Amino acid sequence: MNFHQQNNTRRRREAAVFGLLRASTYLVLLCGALVVGTIVFKGAPVLFKAEFPFINIAFFTEAPETLHVFEHDGKKLELGDRDYRAFMENLAAPSASQPAVAPRSEHAYVYSVGGIFPCIVGTLLLVAGSMTLALFLGVCSAIYLNEYARQNTVTRLIRLAVLNLAGVPSIVFGLFGFGLFVIFLGWNVSLMAGWFTLAFMVLPVVITASEEALKSVPRGYREASLALGATRWQTIRKSVLPYALPGILTSSILGIARVAGETAPIMFTAAYVVRDQLPWQVAKLTDFFFQGVMALPYHIYVVSSKIPQNEYTERVQYGSTLVFLLLVALIAAASILLRNRLRKKHSW
Amino acid sequence: MNACLTKQILRTEPPAPRVTATNTTATPAPAEAVPHASPDASLETEIRAPHLIEISNLDFYYGEKKALDCVNLTIDANRVTAFIGPSGCGKSTLLRCLNRMNDLIDGAAVRGGTIKIGDADINAPGIDAIELRKCVGMVFQKSNPFPKSIHENVAYGLRIQGIRDRAEIARRVELSLRGAALWDEVKDRLNDNALGLSGGQQQRLCIARALAVEPQVLLMDEPCSALDPVATGKIEDLIHELKTRYTIIIVTHSMQQAARVSDKTAFFYLGRLVEYDDTRTIFMNPANPQTEAYVSGRFG
Repeated sequence: MNFHQQNNTRRRREAAVFGLLRASTYLVLLCGALVVGTIVFKGAPVLFKAEFPFINIAFFTEAPETLHVFEHDGKKLELGDRDYRAFMENLAAPSASQPAVAPRSEHAYVYSVGGIFPCIVGTLLLVAGSMTLALFLGVCSAIYLNEYARQNTVTRLIRLAVLNLAGVPSIVFGLFGFGLFVIFLGWNVSLMAGWFTLAFMVLPVVITASEEALKSVPRGYREASLALGATRWQTIRKSVLPYALPGILTSSILGIARVAGETAPIMFTAAYVVRDQLPWQVAKLTDFFFQGVMALPYHIYVVSSKIPQNEYTERVQYGSTLVFLLLVALIAAASILLRNRLRKKHSW
Repeated sequence: MNACLTKQILRTEPPAPRVTATNTTATPAPAEAVPHASPDASLETEIRAPHLIEISNLDFYYGEKKALDCVNLTIDANRVTAFIGPSGCGKSTLLRCLNRMNDLIDGAAVRGGTIKIGDADINAPGIDAIELRKCVGMVFQKSNPFPKSIHENVAYGLRIQGIRDRAEIARRVELSLRGAALWDEVKDRLNDNALGLSGGQQQRLCIARALAVEPQVLLMDEPCSALDPVATGKIEDLIHELKTRYTIIIVTHSMQQAARVSDKTAFFYLGRLVEYDDTRTIFMNPANPQTEAYVSGRFG
């Protein structure tokens, strides 16, 4: 008997296939690492600095400003919009001994200094509002489809429609939202329009996942509850929903990343290129819902495709992108923590 | 309104005893399939037991499939009645008709005949299944405590009825747990998760949970099929104690269990009631050869 390794075709093919599979996996990893690595490498210097407090607080707390680059008194100056105005006022009121000298070879680069605070706020508002809407509508429809409705042709058609909705490109949702909310309902470019558009976009995910989560709750809980004289709603509220919630949240986490990240649905419905007031600086409460906001993905789109590229604009591009990545990761992490707590509380 | 009505009807005194207690020949039934033997010996004891549940000519369908075919059965108050028969014979279906749990299954429906509990036809339009289920409790094959504390499990039925008084809830939880012979084992850990209990304890907890809403009838769907002999013995002892206060109907695959716990036994086969009589008669001297073949273990 010869049990030694035979170097035949079968073995070589095995090795080749194995190598191919491994190489594909590593290639994917490499691409991911390159993207994230570039963003971190170029964005980190914007966000962090070597001396105390180590974080570039201005970038997180200030609004974008225009950068003015000019020469004065033989020195090259780079000033943000506010500093530049103050500087020019000083020049405009010269002392008697020193005549005014106009700055020379001036260049202005929009959004290149200051921070992205309004964009962060806008994105957080958009995510919170649209996820609340999507979860409410989605869980309600899932409960109806799974617990109340009879399983027949109509519910099958509804499910098919929901699945199809998941395949609609986001720009179509954007145009739909623009047509329905912005124009037809007259909400203009506003938080409300953005919330509804984004909510409709993730609704299929939420509905499908909620249905799965509801289905996974053991039948025994429903039967036990009903046999004790509970109504269907009491049963759902006390013995089904609490146990389905972790599953519903798991899928919503994917939804959050998508809502926070999509640019197309908000570019027609909710996002402003630039806005001076922060969202809470409104005259009355209803204005809050009907104002446009700045949003991170749209800001990134603007600074990377709508303004001339040069060494001054790169800073805000990579900085915003890194903040955006961190923000999405943070929201997802928070939801995962919440889900794990619920899971521990209602484990079965 | 209807709810209160049902409850009132169910709570009224059972109808006057009948002499033809064991005999259901008053209702038309296929003669070849439902032979009824009522030996004189059992008649005397049966006279005192009033009928609580009266099932007449019941036809039940799952969609187009007939699951119960013209079942006639009267069940006595404060007795244990066992339903036996091979799988798919309709015994669980009949049990679930009694608290209308079949309402939850799409396409399942009673298409003929009536079920009367007390004086109320439970499938009549005005009857609220929710009120019915408060009177007709149920224990399932697979013990299904909620993943909550032991206390909360028993209190569940009380809370959904809107009882908020904590002292009252605590009192009735203790009463129910004592009723299910579980109190001494769990009184020091009422706030522990019920899933930490053993299988037999979980099943007794489910019984306690059903008792908490103070039903009159207790339906048990193979309550011991997942339990070992010791836990089974405890449940059977419990059934003996409970029958002084409740009318118990138990579906079981174990003929020994039917023989041990029940006063009367109904044998079902292919959706028909083959024979219904005193348990002793069914096991010792059955009238139908099919019954005899089944209880002696020659088929099924």
